[in-house]
Amino acid sequence: MSTEVKEALKQPVAPRSSELDAPLQSKRMLVNLGPSHPAMHGTARAVVELEGENIASCKLDIGFLHRGFEKSCENVTWTQCFPYTDRLNYVSSIMNNVGFALAVEKLCKLEVPERAQYLRTITSEIHRICDHLTLVGALGLELGAMTVFLYAIEGRDLLWDRLTELCGARLTSNYARIGGVSRDAPEGWLEKTSATLDRVVLLRDEIDALLTRNRIFVDRTRKVGTVSRADALDLGFTGPCLRASGEPYDLRKAAPYLVYDRLDFDIPVGSNGDTFDRYLMRIEEMKQSDKMIRQCFRDMAPGELVVRDFRYVLPPKPEVYGTIEGVMAHFKLIMEGIQVPAGEAYGYTEAANGELGFYLVSDGSGRPYKLGLRAPGWPMLAALPVILQGALLSDLVPVFDSINMIGGEVEQ
Amino acid sequence: MSKVVIDALVERFKDPVQGDGVTGAYEGAGGDDCAFVKRERLVEVCRFLRDDAEMQFNMAPYITAVDYLGQEPRFEVVYNLLSTTRNWRIRLRVKVAEQDAVLPSVCGIWRGANWFERYCFDMYGIHFTDHPDHRRLYMYDEFVGHPLRKDYPLRGRQPLVTELEVPAEPFRGPGPAERGE
Amino acid sequence: MSTELDAIPGIIPTRRDDAIGALEKMVSKGLGWARKYSLFQYPFVTACCGMEYMTLAAARYDLDRFGAALPRFSPRQADLLMVVGTVNCKQAPILRRVWETISEPKWVVAFGVCASSGGFYDNYATVQGIDRIIPVDVYVPGCPPRPEQVLDGIMMLQAKIQGQHHQFTEGKPLPVLGQAPRQR
Repeated sequence: MSTEVKEALKQPVAPRSSELDAPLQSKRMLVNLGPSHPAMHGTARAVVELEGENIASCKLDIGFLHRGFEKSCENVTWTQCFPYTDRLNYVSSIMNNVGFALAVEKLCKLEVPERAQYLRTITSEIHRICDHLTLVGALGLELGAMTVFLYAIEGRDLLWDRLTELCGARLTSNYARIGGVSRDAPEGWLEKTSATLDRVVLLRDEIDALLTRNRIFVDRTRKVGTVSRADALDLGFTGPCLRASGEPYDLRKAAPYLVYDRLDFDIPVGSNGDTFDRYLMRIEEMKQSDKMIRQCFRDMAPGELVVRDFRYVLPPKPEVYGTIEGVMAHFKLIMEGIQVPAGEAYGYTEAANGELGFYLVSDGSGRPYKLGLRAPGWPMLAALPVILQGALLSDLVPVFDSINMIGGEVEQ
Repeated sequence: MSKVVIDALVERFKDPVQGDGVTGAYEGAGGDDCAFVKRERLVEVCRFLRDDAEMQFNMAPYITAVDYLGQEPRFEVVYNLLSTTRNWRIRLRVKVAEQDAVLPSVCGIWRGANWFERYCFDMYGIHFTDHPDHRRLYMYDEFVGHPLRKDYPLRGRQPLVTELEVPAEPFRGPGPAERGE
Repeated sequence: MSTELDAIPGIIPTRRDDAIGALEKMVSKGLGWARKYSLFQYPFVTACCGMEYMTLAAARYDLDRFGAALPRFSPRQADLLMVVGTVNCKQAPILRRVWETISEPKWVVAFGVCASSGGFYDNYATVQGIDRIIPVDVYVPGCPPRPEQVLDGIMMLQAKIQGQHHQFTEGKPLPVLGQAPRQR
């Protein structure tokens, strides 16, 4: 017998008081979430390393909805890009249309008629409400509140009905044009939309009442996925997620576009930067959007819908059939596309999730040379591993929901 | 908007021996200020922009790349920077040659730059040194080439599973007439 | 008149075959009726069409009326695969695997034009229609389709299931997946 064994045997072995004291092998476990997983909204894949129930590390793999947005746009005319932009953030497509149109107009130095600006603002804000309703509904659904989901979808459907009357499609609106908007509001549309908004306000308040003081909901969202103000800036957050962390930066105030400088509205700012704040931010923004739309209805005056410049906008049909200039302009716009002056520009607008940027490079021809998309949700999704460090696995679901990752825009 | 920034940059990064670090400042469309930055001094410029009390560019909202095929140098990486405290924006453009498409990473300055640089690598094949997670972003590892380069064909599919052949195509989508497959 | 059919034994219907055929028809009809109202769907939601899918599942359009309400998030519990949205080359192997995991009988609905044909995404990334990877029963066009259109598609699928021929297997082993191509 060696001395070590003798030493070991000298010590008395105490019997364990219970089974629970038995040493458990703690081993890290790899869990693969997605890409076809309901919590991952269909298209992201997270490889989560679990330490017990806590997330030790998380690795994201995206690109399951990469459908070559930029390459496709580089091969079509500037006007034909609009349907592609519809399908970026498909919950709020008009905002993408408007963002792209504004970026191109920045390059062309076009001034859009006032009525078109108002219509763009109204439709953008309606779609902001749609986007936030979808997020709140999905957040509720995934935390077990099915009713909220049904209310939110109903509210969204009511608004979509109005937008269908305006632009002909429920979801992919294709509404804005370079130099204006595609069509005017039909007769009686403003009154009808006001009535619809009243109904949506009721639904929103009901959702608010169901969730905001709900014990289960608050327990699962408060102090979950907290992002500090410095972190949020460093990680490139924009939009409601940045403002939830306490940074009052909103492009509608910081760099006003359209008619936002004439409207009276507030920017809600959070204080904790957790999932609950991000949820509250959405509820507040819906209230502000509602206020803005009503102001626009009040201030809007009849007028032109598009600029009268045949280099950018199709001439009206009587001129196409009646004058040689009209035919020429029509033919050139259809066959060659709008001749955007050579140069580069970065257009940015405040979309539902944050800064929506288009980096455009034109070589003076009818097609974009480069169309770079800065998707609002991109940095937020990239930051998910940082936010989730050390959180519970079950926290992944609300956090993932509250950053509102939309596959279409993030993965292009 | 931020003429102050451009002037300060040009002044500070003057280098009579090796050439200026920041050159060709101009006012871009819509009033955004732009400047060309030498690759060697990029990190230095970025660090100055973030840390200087006067500048406080605390965010990098968008970084992208452009392929100017036929020009020399071929690629250009564009850094759109934002200072939320001052409400200033600036655009830095860095030219990179095709044979030597390597840039220093700015992930150490703004963590948010991580995925933008991965995007540039995936889509254009521009490498970034000292990047914490240098992988493809959208495409799969089996994918050969970089799809957003101008010489990559629009329809150059590289399927991962065997696809059934569909005999005739009734009509074609947009793009050049020749098939890239 | 003799044709070459006569040379094959068992092709001439006898009264016994008739009887079995009638029984089989009745059973087949009953099975079809039962199956068409209990579709358990697996929503393979990827893109924009998912928004319309949400509307479809919510109160206003209510897919429940057609017996196809309950989404199962495991392919092993589902028999209807709804491919909702664009499928790209990176996603294709996953879709193939999900389809292979669903046990027979199974049906596939291509929801939206991207799933049906690739839509206007004719580029390097996108699969030009999921029928290049898996067989499809019903195509619902539209970008995205209106919910009514999808309900119509579901009804067409139900008609197809009702009319489907359910065979007696006679104890013969079922074909192994992946070895024999499934009839389209």
